[in-house]
Amino acid sequence: MSETNHNSKSRLHGIWALTNRELKKWYKEPVIFLLSIITPILWMGLLGKSMNISAVFNTGSLPLPQINPPLTLEQALQLKDYFAGLQSSIMQGAFSTTDYFSFMSVGMIAFTALFTTMFSGMSVVWDRRLGFLNKVLSTPVSRAVIISSKVLSATLRSMFQAGIIILIAVAFGLQFGPNFTILNILGVFAVIFLICVGLSSLFIAITIRSTRIETPMAVANLITLPMMFASNAFFPTKFMPDWLQTIAKFNPMTYTIDAVRQLLIFNTDYIQLAWDFLYVGIFATIVATIGIVLSWRFLSK
Amino acid sequence: MSEEVIKAEGLTKVFNKHLTVVDHVNFGVKHGEIFGFLGPNGAGKTTTINMLITIMKPTEGKASVLGFDIAKQDVNVRNVVGVVPQEYTADEDLTGLENVLLCADLYGIPRDVAKERAMELLKLVELTDFKDKRVQTFSGGMRRRLELACGLINRPKVLFLDEPTLGLDVQTRTATWDYIRKLKKEYGMTLFMTTHHLEEADALCDRVAIIDHGKIVVVGSPEELKHSLGGDLITLAIKENEDVSGLIQKVEHVKEVRKEDGGAYRIKAEIGEITTPFIIEALRKKGYTVTRLSLTEPTLNEVYLEYTGKSMRDAEESREATFSRRMTMRRARQ
Repeated sequence: MSETNHNSKSRLHGIWALTNRELKKWYKEPVIFLLSIITPILWMGLLGKSMNISAVFNTGSLPLPQINPPLTLEQALQLKDYFAGLQSSIMQGAFSTTDYFSFMSVGMIAFTALFTTMFSGMSVVWDRRLGFLNKVLSTPVSRAVIISSKVLSATLRSMFQAGIIILIAVAFGLQFGPNFTILNILGVFAVIFLICVGLSSLFIAITIRSTRIETPMAVANLITLPMMFASNAFFPTKFMPDWLQTIAKFNPMTYTIDAVRQLLIFNTDYIQLAWDFLYVGIFATIVATIGIVLSWRFLSK
Repeated sequence: MSEEVIKAEGLTKVFNKHLTVVDHVNFGVKHGEIFGFLGPNGAGKTTTINMLITIMKPTEGKASVLGFDIAKQDVNVRNVVGVVPQEYTADEDLTGLENVLLCADLYGIPRDVAKERAMELLKLVELTDFKDKRVQTFSGGMRRRLELACGLINRPKVLFLDEPTLGLDVQTRTATWDYIRKLKKEYGMTLFMTTHHLEEADALCDRVAIIDHGKIVVVGSPEELKHSLGGDLITLAIKENEDVSGLIQKVEHVKEVRKEDGGAYRIKAEIGEITTPFIIEALRKKGYTVTRLSLTEPTLNEVYLEYTGKSMRDAEESREATFSRRMTMRRARQ
């Protein structure tokens, strides 16, 4: 053991080893892996299908009013057609798609990303408590790599789950937009990648100094709730009160979800899509930078 | 070679601006020796190691490992040292082999080399049969050995061992000592270890630094330290009811004689096993009969007592308690 170490190393060495370590905990554990697939199925099957909002506007089945003089058969049919058409124009006006299930299943993708990244942020605390972090710190791995691997594993996991959700949603009857091509799926993964990098950096930044799981957990919960509901995940923001709309306007989740909808189910508005990408991209860059700066500062004591 | 592999000058760590954990320590570790930091819980041993392996930044002072400055060349230091931390740091969800390979990746060792080394190290620590078992199922001794394998994966020139036998039973402890001796003998490695076991320091270390309240009280080989106390302790009693202190005092190498209340004599003498026969001989010549005799060599506990004014044993209790709490938490997680 006397020869010198001639290990070829880049600044990024170890990133895949650490990422794979996190991922192994997930894909090598059949129960956890299965649950991470079943949970979104349950969510979409139960929430998505039970909140049948388009049925609320099922105007076609409404009885025609009795008026004097009575309508001719032709007029009655015209009126019936008008009422029947109301349902889809109301849905189109409110949700920009006629199918609420399609609308909310996209919200579901964002929802899953949010929770997956939250739990991976917490794993920093476990690594610290169980001493694994100290071991990694004593190796020549860069501090930024330690954090990046956490971010990367959370992101990969979320992207996989997003893919599963899209598949399930299609199986349950997701209606694609008129100009949907298979390339749009790549766009969906790109925007999910960006938001997950941002979100996991955010949660890691919250937990990086903690030795206890309780405090960061509470803080994370405090953040996830408004991020989820002060957004367009389950309902369009335009019907929200002004103050809530303002929050939603700054919420990166709103832009992520809109981007995914533009790509999958809406009649794509490319300018809006570009703005969505820009906003989410800036969010990811800023938060990831903060995360890495904090890792330099706080991982060593 | 006798150049100093580790050198610390005025190394100090202050937490929260007023809690001084390590207080201006100076020491040097020579090439190829086992250097031990001996002290109770909270004496600053782990903090010193953490500074030397660049996990913590020193508040004041400087230190170098193999000529690399721990503050300025921290990546170089991390490349050439191995660390076996106090706690079990292996990932419980991975197997033994996966853990060692993960460590290899963290040092940027190419996969083919890493595999070869990992198998070699697992063989060294006798874990080959368990390499594909999850670490969750490992016993304390196996975990400790796995840590050792991980710490050696980059073929370090200096190995840091923080309480290497903490929480192990006597048998496993002795086996671990054998591994450590082997590393020194066969690989010519320099080892820096901390311990609160006096027997361990005595059995393993070439030189020991006794540390208390963040300060090094004394440094020397266990033999030197014990010798510095003034030699062995002989206790004897005679049948006759007379004071023979003066007579014993005249025997060569006897340094101090004290008559105790029970009639026994406590004699401090250099090289007890040679001096004792002379004392008996001297007493017999004058017609006294020795009825009882015992010879004790001083242990490091006496040394510790001498330099710090308190016994080591008191401190051990709380350390074990902390350790068992950590284990409980581990189990709760599963």
